[in-house]
Amino acid sequence: MAEMDTSGGGGHKKGPGVKKGKKLSTRVDLTPMVDLGFLLITFFIFTTTMSQPTAMRLFLPKDVKNPEEQNKVKNSAVITLMLGKNDVIYYYEGDSAQTLKPTDFKKIRDIVIDKKNRTDPKDFVVVIKPTNDATYKNTVNILDEMTIDGVKRYAMVDISPVEYKFIQLTEAANGVK
Amino acid sequence: MGRAKLPRKSTNIDMTAMCDVAFLLLSFFILATKFKPPEALTVVTPSSVSTKPAPEHDVVMVIIDKDGKVYLSVSETNQAEKKEMIETINTSKNLGLTDQEKNNFIRVPNSYIGAPFSQLKSYLDKTPEDLQKIVKPGIPAVDSTNNEMVDWFRAAQTAFEGKKMNIVVKGDDASKYPSFQGVIMALKKNDLMKFQVVTASIPVPAGTELYKQQEKLGTKEVAQ
Repeated sequence: MAEMDTSGGGGHKKGPGVKKGKKLSTRVDLTPMVDLGFLLITFFIFTTTMSQPTAMRLFLPKDVKNPEEQNKVKNSAVITLMLGKNDVIYYYEGDSAQTLKPTDFKKIRDIVIDKKNRTDPKDFVVVIKPTNDATYKNTVNILDEMTIDGVKRYAMVDISPVEYKFIQLTEAANGVK
Repeated sequence: MGRAKLPRKSTNIDMTAMCDVAFLLLSFFILATKFKPPEALTVVTPSSVSTKPAPEHDVVMVIIDKDGKVYLSVSETNQAEKKEMIETINTSKNLGLTDQEKNNFIRVPNSYIGAPFSQLKSYLDKTPEDLQKIVKPGIPAVDSTNNEMVDWFRAAQTAFEGKKMNIVVKGDDASKYPSFQGVIMALKKNDLMKFQVVTASIPVPAGTELYKQQEKLGTKEVAQ
C-alpha cells in the first residue's frame, strides 16, 4: 500500500538503447509517523475539555415582612436540616430543635425520603439552614439532594441563634473542634 | 531427519492504515478541542445532577474563591453593558475613574472586579499581569451593612435593561457559606430572584426519585 509501482508499464520491453534505471523501493516505514500521530492524539485528549460546566437553577423566595403573608407550614410536616462544620448535617423534625441528630451527606437521602413517605405530600417541607461553618459545597450539595429526592417544597433559611447554640453544644459534646 | 521447512514470513506490517486512523483521530481532536480558557481565578465547583449547560452570553458572573472572597465579571460579548455598569458605579460612588481605567474593565479579556469601591481606582490601574501577582481584596459582601454587591447588581440590572441577564454564581467547594449568603442577600435586595449555580455534572444516583422519574419519561430534562 505504501509503495508505488515502479516497474515499467505492464511488462513493456524497453528498447535496446534504453538503460534500465535501478529499481528503488519506495516503501516508507510509517511506524514513527504512527507513533507521532498517537502521541499528538493523547495530548489533545488530555487537553480537551469534554465536560462542559452545567448550571443549576435556583429561585429565591421574596422576603415577606408581614407574618400573615408568610407561608404557613404544619409543624409535623417539616424536617429541618442544618449544615454544620466538617460536612455534618444536624436534622430535626417539627419544631423541636433540641432533639437534633447529627448525620452526614451519605445518609441524609434516606432520612429525607423516610420523612417524605411519612408525611402528606401537600404539606411536606424541607427547611435548609446552613450555618456559617458550612461550606459552599455543602450548600449546593444539599440543594441538589432536594432535586434528587424530588422534594417539591424546600426553603433556605438563616439559622436562628438558638439553633446555632444547640449545634455548638452537640459539637462540644462530640468533641468536634 | 529432514524437517519440513516453514516458509519464512515477513514481519513487516503495513502501517499505512494505522497511520490513517491515527491522523484521522488527530484531526478530529484538533477540530473538536476547545482549549480551557486561561482562568484568572481557579475555582473548583461542586457537582450537581443538573444537565443544563451553563449560559455563555449575557452573563453576570459572581465568583467566590476558596477564601470566600467575592469577584464579579461580565461576559466578553457585552461590552456596552460593561461600559454602562462601570459608568453607573463611577458616578454613583464618585470614584473619578479615567477612561483608561474604565477601558481596563471593559476591554481586557477575562477582566473581573475584585476590590471594594474605595480601592477600585488603583485596582483598575493595574495590568492583568500585575493583578495575577497581587493579593486581591475581593468585593465586600459578607457584612450586611456594607454589601457592595448590592450596588454592583443594581448597576448590572440597569445595564441589562430589556435583556435577559443570566446571573451565575461560581463558587469554590471550600468557600464558607457566609459569602454565598451575602451574594444571595444582595440579589434579594435587587429583587433578582433567579440565578444559576455553576456545577460539574454528575449522573443521577440510581434508585432515587429523580432517577425513576427520568426513566419513566425517558429523558434527562426533568425537574431542573
